[in-house]
Amino acid sequence: MADDKDVLRDVWFGRIPTCFTLYQDEITEREAEPFYLLLPRVSYLTLVTDKVKKHFLKVMKAEDVEEMWFDFEGTPLKWHYPIGLLFDLHASNTALPWSITVHFKNFPERDLLHCPSNSVIEAHFMSSIKEADALKHKSQVINDMQKKDHKQLWMGLQNDKFDQFWAMNRKLMEYPTEEGGFRYIPFRIYLTMSDRPFIQKLFRPISSDGYTHTLGDLLKEVYPMAISSDDESKRYQVVIHGIEPLLETPLQWLSEHLSHPDNFLHISVIPAPSD
Amino acid sequence: MSVSLLWAVDVYGRVYSLSTGGQQWEQCHDAVLEFKRVTAVQQCCWGIACDHHIYLNVHSSDVPIRYQEETYENQRWNPKDNFSDHLLPSDRWHWSDITGLEHQPLDSFLLPSTNWEWEGDWYIDENFGGEPTEKGGWTYALDFPATYTKDKKWNSCVRRRRWIRYRRYKATDTWAKIPSEGHSGPLPDPFNDISCGGWEISEEPRGRLSLWAVSLQGKVWFREGIHHHSPEGEGWEEVSLPGEVVQISCGPGDLVWAVLWEGQLIVREGITRDCPQGSSWVVVDSPNPEAGAIHVAVGDNVVWAVTKDNKVWFRRGINSHNPCGSGWIGMVGEMVMVNVGLNDQVWGISCVDRAVYFRQGVTSSELSGKAWKAVNVPRDGDIRSHSSASISSLHSAGCFFSGEVQAQSPPPIDPDEVALGEPEAKCPPPALVLSPSLSGGLGDPQWSNVDLEETQTHLAVGPAVVRGDSADTCSLSSVATYTLCQGEPYGADEHPLWAWVSGGGCGVNCHSQLNWFNSATALASSVQSMSLSISPAQTAAWRKQIFEQLSERSKREMDHFKHYEQAVEQSVWVKKGAMQWWRDWKPHKWVDVRFALEQFSGPEGNQDGILFLYYNFNEEKKYLHAFINEVTILVPVLNDSKHTFAVYTAERTKQRWPIRLAAATEVEMHDWLALLSVSCCDSRGIQGPPSKQAIWSVTCKGDIFVCEPSPSLEACPYPTPCDQMFWRQVGGHLRLVECNSLGVVWGVGYDHTAWVYTGYGGGFFQGLASSTDNIFTQTDVKCVYIYENQRWNPVTGYTNRGLPTDRYMWSDATGLQECTKANAKPPSPHWTWVADWTIDYGISGGTDREGWQYAADFPRSYHGHKTLKDFVRRRRWARKCKLTTTGPWQEVPPIPLSDVTIVLCGAQSSVEPIPLWAISNKGDVLCRLGVTLLTPAGTSWLHVGTDQPFKSISIGGANQVWAIARDGSAFYRGSVSSESPAGDCWYHIPCPERQKLQQVSVGRTSVYTVDQNGNLWFRQGLTPSYPQGSSWEHICNNVRKVSVGPLDQVWIIADKVQGSHSLSCGTVCHRLGVQPMEPKGQSWDYGIGVRLFNLTSNPDPNPSTCF
Repeated sequence: MADDKDVLRDVWFGRIPTCFTLYQDEITEREAEPFYLLLPRVSYLTLVTDKVKKHFLKVMKAEDVEEMWFDFEGTPLKWHYPIGLLFDLHASNTALPWSITVHFKNFPERDLLHCPSNSVIEAHFMSSIKEADALKHKSQVINDMQKKDHKQLWMGLQNDKFDQFWAMNRKLMEYPTEEGGFRYIPFRIYLTMSDRPFIQKLFRPISSDGYTHTLGDLLKEVYPMAISSDDESKRYQVVIHGIEPLLETPLQWLSEHLSHPDNFLHISVIPAPSD
Repeated sequence: MSVSLLWAVDVYGRVYSLSTGGQQWEQCHDAVLEFKRVTAVQQCCWGIACDHHIYLNVHSSDVPIRYQEETYENQRWNPKDNFSDHLLPSDRWHWSDITGLEHQPLDSFLLPSTNWEWEGDWYIDENFGGEPTEKGGWTYALDFPATYTKDKKWNSCVRRRRWIRYRRYKATDTWAKIPSEGHSGPLPDPFNDISCGGWEISEEPRGRLSLWAVSLQGKVWFREGIHHHSPEGEGWEEVSLPGEVVQISCGPGDLVWAVLWEGQLIVREGITRDCPQGSSWVVVDSPNPEAGAIHVAVGDNVVWAVTKDNKVWFRRGINSHNPCGSGWIGMVGEMVMVNVGLNDQVWGISCVDRAVYFRQGVTSSELSGKAWKAVNVPRDGDIRSHSSASISSLHSAGCFFSGEVQAQSPPPIDPDEVALGEPEAKCPPPALVLSPSLSGGLGDPQWSNVDLEETQTHLAVGPAVVRGDSADTCSLSSVATYTLCQGEPYGADEHPLWAWVSGGGCGVNCHSQLNWFNSATALASSVQSMSLSISPAQTAAWRKQIFEQLSERSKREMDHFKHYEQAVEQSVWVKKGAMQWWRDWKPHKWVDVRFALEQFSGPEGNQDGILFLYYNFNEEKKYLHAFINEVTILVPVLNDSKHTFAVYTAERTKQRWPIRLAAATEVEMHDWLALLSVSCCDSRGIQGPPSKQAIWSVTCKGDIFVCEPSPSLEACPYPTPCDQMFWRQVGGHLRLVECNSLGVVWGVGYDHTAWVYTGYGGGFFQGLASSTDNIFTQTDVKCVYIYENQRWNPVTGYTNRGLPTDRYMWSDATGLQECTKANAKPPSPHWTWVADWTIDYGISGGTDREGWQYAADFPRSYHGHKTLKDFVRRRRWARKCKLTTTGPWQEVPPIPLSDVTIVLCGAQSSVEPIPLWAISNKGDVLCRLGVTLLTPAGTSWLHVGTDQPFKSISIGGANQVWAIARDGSAFYRGSVSSESPAGDCWYHIPCPERQKLQQVSVGRTSVYTVDQNGNLWFRQGLTPSYPQGSSWEHICNNVRKVSVGPLDQVWIIADKVQGSHSLSCGTVCHRLGVQPMEPKGQSWDYGIGVRLFNLTSNPDPNPSTCF
């Protein structure tokens, strides 16, 4: 029988095959070959694209190079979203490999944050973890950790070390047995067709009368549109890590097993493909 | 945890029991009579019925209570008739007991009571001291009081044989009447109170109990001779008293208190092993001089009392040296009665609502507990839904008790009533009868009728009791009231009104999870606990969907793109720490080292690592390293001063010299062990639970290890050498473990508890190295022994002053180490003491009444009686300690086991029964029914009768069951098949010459045994038509244990194996060259095991290649 721990491994080792192509208007000395890479779903674009940058810089003059950024079919890709989320949100029903365009000019200041170094990613990642723990344990767990423990979380993600990361992260996933779950579930719901970047609310895994909340309960509360009633055809897909969990999946379980390393459950609500 | 029962009687005399696993009171429908008192222990419940007779309800068990009767048939040879029944006038009887002094013809054996039945007819015992005799079972001797042999010699003038017959106690789960007879005929007056306990006073005879009873005239009686084979006991003995007693309470140990009519309490003193009824009484004053005591309840170390004003009192300062305690403390709450159950837990019946209350928070350090909590569960007769029931029952309680207050408010006229003070006596019976009608709100036309009959009964009974005191009439009438109520349907929402509760058989403690306190949440939590036990979460659709989709996702997104470059290159990750290391060279000592684990990706993408150990030698920096993929086992080595573990590699196993490391704290050690263990598993590509073919083993410390066999362990001509096998730890603590090649694993703890395997991880493995579900709390209990040694001198007799050359006067078994009561520690910091030191009378060789064993001088064999030649003596003291850990093990109650065996392979489908046999700790042979791949715990035990206790059992291919009896003889069970899982009869197999067998293991066809001197024997001549074989062949010596696999591969635990540093004990060895035509094999391959750490194991080899 498969064990829940296998889910953690599957989530961690999720990879998206990606084809990076240089934007056509970029000035090159000779033609740039596309670059193929397996991107970790749980990581961040700017953290894992050193190879991409190196590859394209070979054909470009230094003076034509500004900060690198990416788009997919015209949509700038936010580096501070996990890669898997970007893919699910924008490209989940397109053909593989995922085709990303690489830019070195005209940074879209209105859409993207600058990312001058990995320390910016680290700061963003750690602040997410802290926010999540504030929701889960009133920050008690993360505050009890030492600086080196925080570092271990980050280094685990940066170096793709599952054991290193989870040796520490499991502490963030614990909760008192008598309470049956976290205080609140750290989640974010992303909608492609909305102006708001995402929805985030306080939501408990267990109701006050002891009922276990499910993914369906969360959506009903936060974004009822996502749930199609029985008689109509499915309008939206609810995607986490490239899969569509059933609506009766307990939210606490999802939070423990399908959260990203930043400890948030990133849920994409995307229009169902019309066949 | 095994399920036990809380017993209670309601005011109508109906007996109910509440299971610790259940959520409703089950009425004891068998009780045709109404009861007024019950007193429960774990194996049975005693009660006084309305006829004032005592009844016994023995709980049924998979192992029946059976008693072996024996008698001897004696014959003498004479030239005319050869051997015949004609004995000499000076001879013993033709039929006699073993000594020849008692005349015992077969027809003189009668069943002790109607509660017994014969199992079969008399038959001849053909087993003589482990050896089968000639047909007829005769043993021969020169003359009668002589040594008997099984062979007839020229000078054998007499012979005898043993006949045996079993009787069985049949009245289980039913109330069996105990005849009221004292030593001198029937007892003069009926019984009024009863209390059972005293099982901790002595283990001999097995299941011994003390039963105290109080008669209506205030006399106290002690029931003699109650033990396992005599559950009813033998007779009553009157105990002299300083006054007249109304109520008595007996604890599990030597605490007995009683209440006098005048309101004082008396305490029994002088209760010992040899004198369980005690010798004298001491009077203790009532807690409140105004209101005398009316009720007392005692436990192991506590005394609770209730006074006439319903106040509850706790007695301070009770211990084994001071059964009287030192003072009273008033407690909150008003109770009619209280009862102390197992673990000193307290139960009470409130005088406010007559509900059963449980005292919360009673621990060994806080015996008085914290608060009363009502047991709020429905009875099996209650039909209405909870919501309506609870409201109306509250209502009814209000009605009823307002009535009661009124009834009580006028001053009592009869002073006897106050003196007696039973609160149930205060409420007039009509109020009791009326309360259901009020609560139900039904105008019942029968009420007048009831009232009438009730008074009639009252009148009828009244004159019968000469004293006519209100206590008797009231208690009688309340019972009589019930007789009337029984016929009518009582309202479903009637609030239960309890009269008596007994927790003496209820195995709860302050940590027990009970679903008794809130009916509404109880249901919800039961659903949750169900989900834990059978874990529908594991099979839930949402879960399945996630697993399927994730694997689909991996296929979709990764399978076709494996040639793509990885975005993140694997780099080295180092974890460092400081440790101490047991230096390799002499003088060996602990030195500080820096310790580092470097992890990196191996050439094939798998994780790998190297362990570095940096140390200084002669001011020079040096290091030692070990490759993680060469580590074969990580063993926690617990001693009381350091948190140490040992790292073995194949090379170091050969040298019998591991890397020994000590961490600063236990947490640090567990962190390192967990990390190293995961790292080792990663480097070998091992993930998740052990495979079904895994080999299981336990160390002598009780740690559990599992080894994944290479696919070719047996099949190829060059199997993995034993010293290169990789063992990883699984949480839990066991004494032995047995598995088959289908993934069914059973274990037995040091306390003989049976456990079934449920998952993996537990213990210090958290997070990734442990499964999420199916990890349970596991406890184990064992004894630490120390010896008190004394030497005799002519002046003072035996004293604790030895010769200067003598051993320590308090020592370990060898006498080399000093061990006093004060300095002896539990085996490791994980163990905690749970009891005080007690004298161990069960040591081999026997003891005298004070536990002493005598010998001529110290390192000698000891015997249990003093002779003129004995100058030294010793006695063994035992103290229980307990370990609590977690592991993938679930208890299989209720029978404690000493051995277990599972058929190695065979079941093809998940519902096909898997044969599993076991031996209980009392030596009963048991066959488990209902074991399948889906239900590895099985359903129930089937008892297989034997003529003597057994100690080892093994089941092999083709349902061959072999077993070893305690006398060292071997037995083969005939006709075992899937249709007849328990077989039909035992075949006695002669032992090897002059050897007593100890253990047996059966493979596909091979049968191996180990005898008490460590010799390994192979059974020759086994054929399908003659599975018993023909003779024993000696293989080798120095063997501690043998285990044969499903392909007849042979594993042993050997002693005295030569290593390059030292001799090793407890080495796992594998027999090489075992072939179908060569089942004995050729030579041994020596594996893991080291003298220092005493890693012994019970290997249970189950290679993956299975036919």
